[in-house]
Amino acid sequence: MIESAVDIIISGLILGGVYALIAVGLSLQYGVGRVLNVSHGEFIILGALATYSLFTALKLNPFVAIAVIAPAFFVVGYALDRSLFNHLRRTSVNDDAFEGRSLLASFGLLFVIQNLMLIWWGANLRGYSYLNTPVSILGNRYGLNRVIALVVAVTVSLVFYVFIKRTRLGKAIRAAAEAPQMAEVLGVNRRMVLGICFGLGAALAGLAGVLYSIMFEIQASRGIELTIVAIVVVVFGGLGSISGSLIGGFVLGLVTSLVNFIDPSLSLAAFYLIFILVLLLRPSGILGRAIHAD
Amino acid sequence: MLISTLLSEQKAALVVMPLGIILLAIAPALISDSAQITLITVLMYAILTLSWTMFSGPTGYVSLATAALFGVGIYVAALLRGTMPIEVIVLIGGLTGFVFALAIGILTLRLRGVYFILFTFGITALIRNVVQWWETHFGGTVGRHVLGASNEAVYLLVTILFAATLVVTFLVKHSRVGMALQAIGENQDAAAHIGIHVTRIKVLTFAASAVFVGATGAVMATRWRYIDPSIAFNPLLSFLPVVMAIFGGTSKLYGPILGTVVLVVLQDFLITEHPYLYLLLFGLTLVVIVVWLPGGLVVLAQKWFLKARIQWAKLQMQVRRVRRR
Repeated sequence: MIESAVDIIISGLILGGVYALIAVGLSLQYGVGRVLNVSHGEFIILGALATYSLFTALKLNPFVAIAVIAPAFFVVGYALDRSLFNHLRRTSVNDDAFEGRSLLASFGLLFVIQNLMLIWWGANLRGYSYLNTPVSILGNRYGLNRVIALVVAVTVSLVFYVFIKRTRLGKAIRAAAEAPQMAEVLGVNRRMVLGICFGLGAALAGLAGVLYSIMFEIQASRGIELTIVAIVVVVFGGLGSISGSLIGGFVLGLVTSLVNFIDPSLSLAAFYLIFILVLLLRPSGILGRAIHAD
Repeated sequence: MLISTLLSEQKAALVVMPLGIILLAIAPALISDSAQITLITVLMYAILTLSWTMFSGPTGYVSLATAALFGVGIYVAALLRGTMPIEVIVLIGGLTGFVFALAIGILTLRLRGVYFILFTFGITALIRNVVQWWETHFGGTVGRHVLGASNEAVYLLVTILFAATLVVTFLVKHSRVGMALQAIGENQDAAAHIGIHVTRIKVLTFAASAVFVGATGAVMATRWRYIDPSIAFNPLLSFLPVVMAIFGGTSKLYGPILGTVVLVVLQDFLITEHPYLYLLLFGLTLVVIVVWLPGGLVVLAQKWFLKARIQWAKLQMQVRRVRRR
């Protein structure tokens, strides 16, 4: 009994770490830039497939691959925001119109990236074995790779949290999210901050992709599932709240782990049920700011 | 000037719509079987796209619940097929769509912007997963076989449904309800102030538009003959109508139809040989339209139409000048 309880909690934390990392990038892109980037999951899968190719072709250690993938993804994300989304921001009549248009544009990106990946890597499952030795924690056995992934996810989340709370750029990002006009008056270069946020979101997606490739087999078409996880976590934690996404990720990881223990076939349904209930009962999320619902 | 163009547009629609419907009705006698099958697909998507436009066009509420309403219709047919005539099943499919949309609308139409989009997407996924879970636990198998109907019967039913959707969309657009929806889309608070029952009109229009989606689902189940939750509630069925409508442009009734025809024909050419390429182009199209052509093909068509009229007027002037000499 105690062993299964421990198992639920540790599995939940491992899952939660992945969820939090997946969600925080999206949270940054939506919370500050108002771009509900539904192609986020494709960036994650792209990161995972790139890691897979680097590992199988060049024998590159996945943790070293982070140093290549994260900066590359940052550049792509930054460029996307400065070109595509900035153009939409300038030509939309108001924020609502911009949110709708950027959502549709990112749907387009989703199809573009996904099918480029399908053409390049094919539809088959891709996987490689790395650090797949079991370790025993309190009587249960877990793959070493999963435990390391959890440690990395928690570390990155914490570093990121400190970055947002303590550094000058972090404060500029929060200012741009909470009071865009005032931030601009006080000398924050909003356009650059938005670009950096989108870039950071993409970089975090790439990083999550590296960890994903260590833990799971990769399939080019599964990005949308990750996007949905990210959206559910972000809404759960409160759209626009970065700490909410981190905490929400771990809470939802634990809940999923519990449902998995009861009946694995119900876990997806439970996931969507939570999503629907949060939207209905508390659309601002568990930690979000109040929003207007009519 | 404005009113007269509006009136002439309405008059043109009153001529073009019956003509189009008559053409569709006699088409099976003129075209090949494979063309007829393509036409069924076009009509199916045209119904979904038009019914999406009926509500989401003027109000700006982007609904991603089309797949849910369509899938519900499919399951009505799967459960009832063989026990009663197909026409009755189609009616029940439409009614079920209405009821589901009414429930979704009552729950969610107080949500705005991104929240409504997310909710309609989430509810579709929830229904799909619950049905999947139910079928594997209590149904024994995930999928179901549906007694098929002949291509002729399917074509006839889809054509009738298309005609009905078209006529109802037209009537709604040019009625007080349509004006009210337009007002809601432009400024909800102002609309409420001038005495529009905002919530009631939104919920009822959304539910009414779902009748056609549910009914079409019931028809298509008899064409596809095998269904399972991932076919019936395929998320693409929510996305495609949105893209087709926006591609064509929602400001005119022919916009969504134009968008549907172009994309279905493209799909027909590419999907069997190069499915990834098709979806890649689909994505690119979406980005290009959102960025450079927010009004859709309709705007292009109007520009060309205007240019043609200016050319025509110039030509007439020249003719007059020549005559005077």
